[in-house]
Amino acid sequence: MAKVIGERPKALLDVPLHYCPGCTHGIVHRLVAEVIDELGIEGRTVGVASVGCSVFTYNYFGCDMVQAPHGRAPAVATGVKRARPDDVVFTYQGDGDLAAIGMGETVHAAARGENIVAIFINNAIYGMTGGQMAPTTLPGQVTQTTPYGRDTSVAGNPIRVCELLSSVKGVALAQRVTVDCVKNVKAAKKAIKKAFEYQMAGKGYCIIEVVSTCPTNWGMAPGDALQWLRDNMLPYYPLGVYKDVGEGEQ
Amino acid sequence: MADKVLMKGNEAIAEAAIAAGCRHFFGYPITPQTEVAAYMSKRMPKIGGLYLQAESEVASINMVLGAGAAGVRVMTSTSSPGISLMSEGISYIAGSDVPCLIVNVERGGPGLGGIQPSQSDYFQATKATGHGDFHLLVFAPSTVQETVDLISDAFDLGDKYRMPTMILSDGLLGQMMEPVVLPEPREPVDNKDWAAKGHQGKRKHNVVNSLYIEPLELERLNVERFEKYERIKETEQRAEEYLADDAEIILVAFGASSRICHSAVDMARAQGIKAGLVRPITLWPYPDKTIRKHIGHAKAFLSVEMNMGQMVEDVRTIVEGKKPVLFFGRTGGVVPTPKEVLEQIVKINGGDY
Repeated sequence: MAKVIGERPKALLDVPLHYCPGCTHGIVHRLVAEVIDELGIEGRTVGVASVGCSVFTYNYFGCDMVQAPHGRAPAVATGVKRARPDDVVFTYQGDGDLAAIGMGETVHAAARGENIVAIFINNAIYGMTGGQMAPTTLPGQVTQTTPYGRDTSVAGNPIRVCELLSSVKGVALAQRVTVDCVKNVKAAKKAIKKAFEYQMAGKGYCIIEVVSTCPTNWGMAPGDALQWLRDNMLPYYPLGVYKDVGEGEQ
Repeated sequence: MADKVLMKGNEAIAEAAIAAGCRHFFGYPITPQTEVAAYMSKRMPKIGGLYLQAESEVASINMVLGAGAAGVRVMTSTSSPGISLMSEGISYIAGSDVPCLIVNVERGGPGLGGIQPSQSDYFQATKATGHGDFHLLVFAPSTVQETVDLISDAFDLGDKYRMPTMILSDGLLGQMMEPVVLPEPREPVDNKDWAAKGHQGKRKHNVVNSLYIEPLELERLNVERFEKYERIKETEQRAEEYLADDAEIILVAFGASSRICHSAVDMARAQGIKAGLVRPITLWPYPDKTIRKHIGHAKAFLSVEMNMGQMVEDVRTIVEGKKPVLFFGRTGGVVPTPKEVLEQIVKINGGDY
């Protein structure tokens, strides 16, 4: 007799996800939905979907959703939050969205202390368009547009977003997590929950960066992708809390 | 009856929006519209509203998208180069069927252009405010009073048809002062059941979205939107006529240039030339019915614009070659004079075209 140890969170609609096998979007979606359930805020949460693999996020969450132009999710979320201050507002963005085309909106939303949560999926590559270089692509990493490996003298250096935003006043929480194993999944959920709680307490901009995989565009089996993440991404993008205003005000 | 007050065009825009129940303004400073933002920054906090200065026009129009998607009455204002930056967001707003008010206090272009009044964003406002198949309801006031009146209508019609609307003003109307009667203040509306504002456990989740990956679905939605546009074309065209009924030379002009044409018509009439004016108030939908009415008795049409000839294309489309359609314009921020326009009328009257 099978024992059910975890039911589908209510805030995650019962529809098939479109993500590739081994992609960690599904895990992160579930964590966000569990947090929404646990905080009992689905009815007053508005999510902002970004452009990229996670664009269809709006089909998966049970809360109201707005779909933003590429990179503009922080501005759209600002509009939602300023219109409905009692709502809980989160963005769900990839590395191209948040750190390339939307870096301006990201930094300024953070600097305003915009009371929103950014869930930031960093898999070091553009997924939706088929595996091109992202701002977070590692030095030497082969992508469609860095076929000889990312040459930093030509293509520039990867951006460490949590480190960058930790210097911005207005940021309440900047934490990097990953979901490669049960222990880290639990830690990731804790971080996401803290970010939502901080927003509800009015503390300011919170970003949870999730170091993630892209087995399809990395050209790896899911298990190998997780190992590549541990061997290559985590040394460049160390897990940890980069800023946390704690229980007090900033 | 409310008292008349003397107000600068740009400040009247802000006050009229507040009177129409708008409590959310997102913008970015650019000449010659900055007074709208400055006025909002002063007034909004005192009435429980929001003025937020974005880091760019790109961000401000997307804040408008967010607030509009959340169901509040929201606006932004900018000037020509700012509209170019906003065009991405405007397209998404149109694709998401989100109402909002966008004010363009036009200046000369292209590029950084200048800061003097212009009407050179006509194409952009009426044909392509962004990528894709869509339109905005575009209003072109010619006085400060009319600006005030149209802002209220623009908000109401935007809500009614769930689409972005634009007030196409210019540096002349924005910077001039005129006496104006402000409308009675109205309470903000908050009754949009399609909005993404939190479902409170009372309904299915709302999604405000412009992505439709299935071509047939996107086509269906675009066709539906254009069916709505057809209804708008039928019911929302607006134009003013001045001495046009018996006119042989019909001037067509909107906004600031129509004021000059008004004077030029008077000057022509004083010389015994039967000139008249059709002034489109809605630029989209374009008032083709009003133009068409005069094709029979007109000898010629003259489109007068502060650009190199943009609206004239619409007039020619409507007149269909049945009568000559001529153009006179000044560009770069130069405002034509009534005398210059009169010279054109006299030439046309003499058959010189």
